Amino acid sequence: MAFLALDNLTKHFGSHVAVDGLTFMVEKGEFVALLGPSGCGKTTTLQMIAGFVEPSGGAIRLEGRDLLAIKPAKRGLGIVFQSYALFPHMTVAENVAFGLEMQGVAAAERTRRVGETLALVGLGAFTGRFPRQLSGGQQQRVALARALVIRPRILLLDEPLSNLDAKLREEMQIELRQIQRTVGTTTILVTHDQAEAMALSDRVVVMNHGRAEQIGPPHEAYERPATPFVANFLGRTNLVNGATVRPEKIWFATSGLAGKVRTRIFQGNHWLYQIETADGLVTVIRQNTGEAMPAEGAAVHLAWAAI
Amino acid sequence: MKSTPYLLSLPALLLFGAIVIVPLVMTVLLSFHDWGQYKGIEPVFILKNWHEVFTDSYFLEMFWRTFRIAFFVTLLTALFGAPEAYIMNRMKSPWRGLFLLVVLGPLLISVVARTLGWALLFGGNSGLINKALVSMGLISAPLPFMFTETGVVIALTHVLMPYMVLAVWAALQRLDPQIENAAVALGAGPFTVLRRIVLPQVMPGILSGAIIVFALAASAFATPAIIGGRRLKVASTLAYDEFLNTLNWPLGAAVAVLLLVALVAIVIGCSRLVERRYAQVFG
Repeated sequence: MAFLALDNLTKHFGSHVAVDGLTFMVEKGEFVALLGPSGCGKTTTLQMIAGFVEPSGGAIRLEGRDLLAIKPAKRGLGIVFQSYALFPHMTVAENVAFGLEMQGVAAAERTRRVGETLALVGLGAFTGRFPRQLSGGQQQRVALARALVIRPRILLLDEPLSNLDAKLREEMQIELRQIQRTVGTTTILVTHDQAEAMALSDRVVVMNHGRAEQIGPPHEAYERPATPFVANFLGRTNLVNGATVRPEKIWFATSGLAGKVRTRIFQGNHWLYQIETADGLVTVIRQNTGEAMPAEGAAVHLAWAAI
Repeated sequence: MKSTPYLLSLPALLLFGAIVIVPLVMTVLLSFHDWGQYKGIEPVFILKNWHEVFTDSYFLEMFWRTFRIAFFVTLLTALFGAPEAYIMNRMKSPWRGLFLLVVLGPLLISVVARTLGWALLFGGNSGLINKALVSMGLISAPLPFMFTETGVVIALTHVLMPYMVLAVWAALQRLDPQIENAAVALGAGPFTVLRRIVLPQVMPGILSGAIIVFALAASAFATPAIIGGRRLKVASTLAYDEFLNTLNWPLGAAVAVLLLVALVAIVIGCSRLVERRYAQVFG
């Protein structure tokens, strides 16, 4: 029996169908990402699990028990919001302690667990600060600590890294993954960033128009996309000779599809090419190995392995 | 050039000086002049008016009453205005705009008209409110509203309510829309969310609304003049009477200046307290 089961979950807003018969299971300790473009229903799904939105139909079961019958305040889920939603009038320690206070945990135990959790997210020295006095990344950690300290049955992450700059986002991805491994909390991440979903999760649920297009490990979804939508959403694709090909799986060969380099962009660790061929424009990504690469205007031949 | 900002703001400063500072200074000077029934105003420098204002218990009572009324009006606007703003903020789209209009609409109507409305409702023993209360069996004899502090407080509370609602409304707009959900998810019940999460965050709004309402209530003229009349004077109606009925301008000036100084002191003191309390949190 699955730890968390979403069964034919549906949500209508008037005539608009936000979530359309969504079904998937999450195992205990698993990290699952709900991935899709904005408006695909991923956030609505998260809010139905959290209890802030009531489903129009279907069921959510946690360890076999009907989750929808439990009030949001009693579900015991940890949530990290996109805006973090920290309590601005409370210090970092008070923010983190709030959930424990609501559970009636004794003061001494509370202090101990707050200290432990803040140390886990690397904020042990910031207990007395107010959220305003912290950077975006630090606020994010406080939000994570506040959600984890109550030892939630499920951790729900709603676009948790989207407000951070690119470099910090990458650091936080690694850290988030490590923390999740350490505490072993079952986690559901909602994101529109395919790189983030692939970096963090054990499995992705690629969503479009309220439906799951593919459910599986990130590598599998990337290498064997079930639908053209999944192929396009998880990275770039080319359509050459009727086959879908990833740009990094095309190489320059001595024979094959003939073309001419229209643009060549240097991106540090790789080169990004646009090649004019009889089949239209083809995007090619080549690792920068330090070797000389075809220049703009050069005549080339392309070879690939189809997916 | 360094002096450019000053030069550019010179016209505004001149206008401000001409219409605010000069009359104010003249009023202060006037309060030190002498006055007699037959000799009129004498431009001398004496402390007679100030001595009278500070020693005569009549004036003391007047100022106590003024600030007592202002205090209760502030308290009532906060008690009713803050929940009102919160409820409106939670309303859905068509209703929200409609009720905001209902609350703020009175600002478009003259204070005199609104207060006369209250005078009609109070209107002695046969006033609508008393009739309703008696017929509902809540009271056995009509309550006096006209020419009482209760009446003035009720009318002023209604007149000044929009300022409190607006101040709290503005504070509510700054609230993170997810913050209540965040507290609920951590196990907080609806009452705890209000008391521990929402109220502390709108407190600066309530306090700034309270400062505005207090200042306006203490310096209000039309409402105390109509509901309180001659029988129940406050500082502003007293100053008015000294100026226009007794014609003792210097004494009226002393009352007006004292009201101004007391109000400025109270308002600045409160703002300082509020700012110091919340600087760290909301900066």
